[in-house]
Amino acid sequence: MSGGAKEQVGRLLALVPLIQRRGAMAVDEAAAALGVAPDQLVKDLRVLIYCGWPGWLPGDLIEVDLDALDGEGVIRITNADYLRAPLRLSPAEASAMIVALRTLRESADGATLASLDSVLAKLEGAAEDGRVATGRVDVHLPRGQREAAALRARLGQAITEGRQVRLTYYVPSRDEETVRTVDPLELVDAQGSAYLQAWCHVADNRRLFRMDRVRAAEVLDAPAQAHPEVPPLDLRDTLFQPAADNALVTLLLRPEARWVAEYYPVEATRETGDGGLEVDLYVADPRWLTRLLLRLSPSAAVVRPQELTESFTAAARDALRLYS
Amino acid sequence: MTKSERLLNLLILLLVQRHYISKQRIRETVPPYAEATNEAFERMFERDKDELRALGVPVEVASIDAFFDEPGYRIRPDDFALPGIDLTADEAAVIGLATRVWQHAGLAAHTSDALAKLTAAGVDVDRTRLDLASPVVTVQDPQFDAFWEASLDRVRVKFDYQRSGSAEVTTRTLEPWGVVSYSGRWYVVGRDADRDEERMFRLSRVRSAVKRVGKGGAYEIPPGTDLREITRRLAPAPNTHHGSVLVRSGTCLGMRRHATGEESGVTGPDGTTGWDRLTVAYGTVSSFAEEVMSYGADACVEAPDEVRDLVVRRLAGALGEPTGSGKGPA
Repeated sequence: MSGGAKEQVGRLLALVPLIQRRGAMAVDEAAAALGVAPDQLVKDLRVLIYCGWPGWLPGDLIEVDLDALDGEGVIRITNADYLRAPLRLSPAEASAMIVALRTLRESADGATLASLDSVLAKLEGAAEDGRVATGRVDVHLPRGQREAAALRARLGQAITEGRQVRLTYYVPSRDEETVRTVDPLELVDAQGSAYLQAWCHVADNRRLFRMDRVRAAEVLDAPAQAHPEVPPLDLRDTLFQPAADNALVTLLLRPEARWVAEYYPVEATRETGDGGLEVDLYVADPRWLTRLLLRLSPSAAVVRPQELTESFTAAARDALRLYS
Repeated sequence: MTKSERLLNLLILLLVQRHYISKQRIRETVPPYAEATNEAFERMFERDKDELRALGVPVEVASIDAFFDEPGYRIRPDDFALPGIDLTADEAAVIGLATRVWQHAGLAAHTSDALAKLTAAGVDVDRTRLDLASPVVTVQDPQFDAFWEASLDRVRVKFDYQRSGSAEVTTRTLEPWGVVSYSGRWYVVGRDADRDEERMFRLSRVRSAVKRVGKGGAYEIPPGTDLREITRRLAPAPNTHHGSVLVRSGTCLGMRRHATGEESGVTGPDGTTGWDRLTVAYGTVSSFAEEVMSYGADACVEAPDEVRDLVVRRLAGALGEPTGSGKGPA
């Protein structure tokens, strides 16, 4: 909240009832409670002294104790009985709050779950007056969210405390679980998944780890090393930045496999005219591509390079042989 | 009077009235209105009312004079005020946590504003009381705000959309009911005005800006519409079926994680030992077949036959042998 007159009035509609309820409040305390900068709050208060009961004669105006404000930094407001309760929640506010609480509910248990249920019932009750529709946004978290939230908290703490982490990480392209020590750097959300960015001591390089593939994370006592020589990445852009040695592969996708171009970063797409799509993408690990093509069979094929066509054909033939 | 003062004074004027107050009285009472020309007053008053309403202030209007069609205004204190909410300390603490959930500037600000109002209503939030690892919800689709706001205002929207598995981009007209997220992907739900049917559109497949068409309050959201229920439909089919797969020892780690049974040291399809038999719960025949196929020659379906047949047919198809249809995930 900041900016114009409307926003200022919005802030005052929470400030005036708060102060009247508490009697008197320190500027810093009120600012913290309302999430407003203290100097902004003081400016807001100076608007108030020119407002009040229609007629606006001295006895009609809202009184702010300016001596207490300037002297002790304490706010006292009187003569504003009609602003004893804050403005009700707008549909957007009620909706944002209720969905956030429901989202918490999906990863809570025990006493917290009971608190969430009762607070949701009360808020939904308060929001329900015919005009306030709360259900305009909804979130359904992936399964395993509770474990994911706990993992996130643990890794977040390791980053804050600057400690190394021993990660057990599943690499689907190789169908392997690997154990490595990392210096955790940052948690990133991108493309619908959460990632840990970390310095990997096995690769001796920066790596991104998808959180849902972390099988175990043990926070170690050893301090994480600093890596000032590594420039920070803007991960939203570079999450799937191809390494220089990755192969550029062209795939032919039938209509039912077009989703590949939405899920994986592709360099270029070309319509084939019959509903299919030709895509170019960088592939770091040919084993990943083989698994993807097997999964898509028979709706995708490698156009080039030739050796990937051959390795995929060999893998499909080996798999099919198991059924003969 | 500054603009902030004028807005707040107008609000108080309308709030303390027992009856509707005529526009003319309002003009006479508030000095900046009284001093303005007719035209300037009309403009200023309209804008001020709109801004109060945008804040969520319920400004009511009614005709108060049967002969002269004079509009009157008021704010009912009961509609204006947030009802008192009694919360226990634990309940208040979870409200504090809620402000950490949204990783989206607009929604995060709305949550903080809601918290400020609840604080003003007497809810005492101690942010340190609970240390629950809170999940975060991210929104990266640029059209999110447009769809969400349209659903709040009940305004029709037009946009270009590309369906999954289709090369064609079509213009759609939608009455948005709300925006839902499943597994980190966002969808807008509503009535497709051209097709007169409930539809769901994935935000990442919207290929144009979202254009608002017409006025707010243009449609009603069908009573009983439950976004929760609609979101649930996005979930994959529940894993109610069971299949049996032979896997080579030390492989298929991903599938082993959701196996419900495991028997090791069995004879595999190639006649050697060194295979394990997994019992795996699955939702659909094609999703199970695709998972097994992705492991290549490390996994072989034993049962049920329909999954086995599908794997054979699809692999044969990939090798150019006679095939049925293979379908990727929608």
